[in-house]
Amino acid sequence: MEKTKVVVVGGGLAGLMSTLKIAEKQIPVDLISLVPVKRSHSVCAQGGVNAALDTKGEHDSVDQHFYDTVYGGDFLANQTPVRGLVENAPGLIYAMDRMGVQFTRTSEGLLDLRRFGGVKNKRTAFAGATTGQQLLYALDEQVRRQEVLGLVTKYENWEMIDLILDDNGVCKGVVAQDLATMEIKEFVADAVVIATGGAGMIYGRSTNSVINTGSAAAIVYKHGVPFANGEFVQIHPTAMPGDDKNRLMSESARGDGARVWTYKDGKPWYFLEERYPAYGNLVPRDIAAREIYDVCVNMGLGIDGKNQVYLDLSHLPDDYLDRRLKGIMDIYQTFHGDDPHKVPMKIFPSVHYFMGGIHVDWEHQTRIPGLFAAGECDYMYHGANRLGANSLLSAMHSGTVAGPAVVKYLGTLTKTAAESIGNNAELVVRKQQAEHDKLTKMDGKENPYKLHEEMSDIMYRNATIVRVNKNLEETDVKLQEFQERWKNINVTDMGGYSNQTVMYVRQLRGMMDLARVIVGGALRRNESRGSHYKPEFPKRDDENFLKTTLAIYNEKTGAPDFSWEEVDTSLLKPVERKY
Amino acid sequence: MAVQNVQYIKLKIKRRDNPSSPSYWQDFHIPYRPNMNIVSALMEIRKNPVTADGQQVNPVVWECNCLEEVCGACTMLINGVPRQACAALTDKLIEKYGDRPIELAPLTKFPVIRDLMVDRTKMFDNLKRVHAWVQVDGSWTIDRGPRLSEKDQRIAYEISHCMTCGCCVEACPNYNSKSDFVGPNAIAQVRMFNLHAIGRMQADERLEALTGPGGIQDCGNSQNCKQVCPKHINLTAHIAAMNRQANAYILKSFLDK
Repeated sequence: MEKTKVVVVGGGLAGLMSTLKIAEKQIPVDLISLVPVKRSHSVCAQGGVNAALDTKGEHDSVDQHFYDTVYGGDFLANQTPVRGLVENAPGLIYAMDRMGVQFTRTSEGLLDLRRFGGVKNKRTAFAGATTGQQLLYALDEQVRRQEVLGLVTKYENWEMIDLILDDNGVCKGVVAQDLATMEIKEFVADAVVIATGGAGMIYGRSTNSVINTGSAAAIVYKHGVPFANGEFVQIHPTAMPGDDKNRLMSESARGDGARVWTYKDGKPWYFLEERYPAYGNLVPRDIAAREIYDVCVNMGLGIDGKNQVYLDLSHLPDDYLDRRLKGIMDIYQTFHGDDPHKVPMKIFPSVHYFMGGIHVDWEHQTRIPGLFAAGECDYMYHGANRLGANSLLSAMHSGTVAGPAVVKYLGTLTKTAAESIGNNAELVVRKQQAEHDKLTKMDGKENPYKLHEEMSDIMYRNATIVRVNKNLEETDVKLQEFQERWKNINVTDMGGYSNQTVMYVRQLRGMMDLARVIVGGALRRNESRGSHYKPEFPKRDDENFLKTTLAIYNEKTGAPDFSWEEVDTSLLKPVERKY
Repeated sequence: MAVQNVQYIKLKIKRRDNPSSPSYWQDFHIPYRPNMNIVSALMEIRKNPVTADGQQVNPVVWECNCLEEVCGACTMLINGVPRQACAALTDKLIEKYGDRPIELAPLTKFPVIRDLMVDRTKMFDNLKRVHAWVQVDGSWTIDRGPRLSEKDQRIAYEISHCMTCGCCVEACPNYNSKSDFVGPNAIAQVRMFNLHAIGRMQADERLEALTGPGGIQDCGNSQNCKQVCPKHINLTAHIAAMNRQANAYILKSFLDK
């Protein structure tokens, strides 16, 4: 009889935390990751992680963190799980501190805290402006220790390409492909955790890393698990536009004193401070992004006539900046050339984060028994808009929920995976091998990278800050054309070894599926809420849309069917959101 | 910052189809655009994989992920220097080297998988050898972590930027396939863990590893590592600090016998 085993897919914060929680219970984990886990996208998170530590004499509290998160998310997040998130936060940060995360300190050696958007208290613990990198490394180190102890086996440079289900529809592992040798292999397991992050690559240029295609989430979606709230895509107000990607300039810059401005009538105009006196530059991201867009696009007041405004740190002392924000200042100087100590940075909003994702229950299990999802790829904590520094928190926290939930689930099983799957693993491997062989022979006319560019252009135009139904309808038609053209792709790479193009063609198909989820959800939600803004329907409409959007894949049409689910508002009555 | 009178970004790329096949060079000319970097230039080749002499070839394979010099994936030799391809701006390269082709080659200290992609597993294995973690009782909540002075935090924070990218070991004359030297990055990591109030409790285990075969005594003090570190980690200073700790440890072990 095979021993109990779990597969975790994804080695960012959520995946590593899940792995750690399971391995600590002496249950072996196979950890599958597209990249060496230390290179996961969590490294890109900068500004910090929220926890009501209340060490700044401001009477901050878990209740206030809860209120800010639910209110900031425009009441679309289920409140019971959010309550768990904020309650867990302080203990979680202290545990990470014990693991050696190099948090920035106060003069008495405690964790320093900074202020973030949509919040009036200092609640964000941070490690300079590289908090995600530091947190990821601490978990990477802990998981490496579990590897030495023999509890974790890493499969780095492997890509999950399918799920294995038994005859009862229970998840019993995954099929993955070695990105070097191209070998396709089954990983039979008693439970699977998907922790594969967001899908910013759908939009081409975003603040995301190139692996963030969402293709794993798309695989889960095509197995019938609903994709929830797909239309809620966070646009970060301050990114440095680039040729190959938009590089994030952390919200912590504003938390530490940066001001956003442009010229009006020949004079600096601090439009966020003027329009939002209570929160100033620290309004939530959806609002700041819309205001910058308005100033540049509608008023034509961008710097040098382009779509950009200033994010200005130049009035702050050098030592203060180097101690707290060096990470982003280095990025700006390396990639732009200007020194942000001396001149203001030029920024514009960019696609950044997926509030929506794989539908899960409050213990992070999907509708497929034995299949769990954690981190940005799930939909759980952020409603219609995520507050800054809540993503590192939700990534880690969801691992601390999913990991133990997996352990509990394993206790309910009466048969091992090996006993219950019959020849299903073999069949899926064979099916995916055939699929791979077919992909390698695609010799049509379309270059996959160019096709992707066309898709991301139209997604950027029509499914970001401002959404108009006519444009969304057009986009959905276009997406169907792209799906047709996908069939006429030329893989261009004839190599049998480490063929990145073939894998990319697979991922592109998944991106197209999720793009339709985003656009379809946006089209049907005739209101404005959080990051989803429709000038035709400028108000929030709780009567009709205080609901979670569920996109369920229809195998016959190849398109999503849409339905709705009630939101848990058991703890806090929805009120109008004003800043 | 556009460069004047340049029509193409010229790349000369060292290629290899798989680990056991021979390597060869190919030239590519990419229509000039300002503000590109080596990764975005390689992305252009994917869209049109044709060499400078018009030959249709397989697209070039390389590793990259974050594109902002924090993940460590895209290390390669660019005109012979190990560095991150994403942060190698083509305008700056052209400014420095003129119009001659920019040479891209895989790191030489690691097995090549394909083209510019190498297998750096050995670096992660070396982190295991030096016990590069804080040995907590578990990941659960206990209480507030230990206090740490701002001064120690500044030293440790610098070291904790290490991306395990491989630049330092590529430049190190003592790190190669014949030696089992742990490398400059692993030595610096030990300093970071030994500074931590909990990590310090296992300092002896790490020092035992650092004073054993392939340990700190294999450092030849060439100081190349510090020059190429993309995160500007003062590796030579950290190695010097660890030398002192290692010597103290050896003396203490001797006296304790």
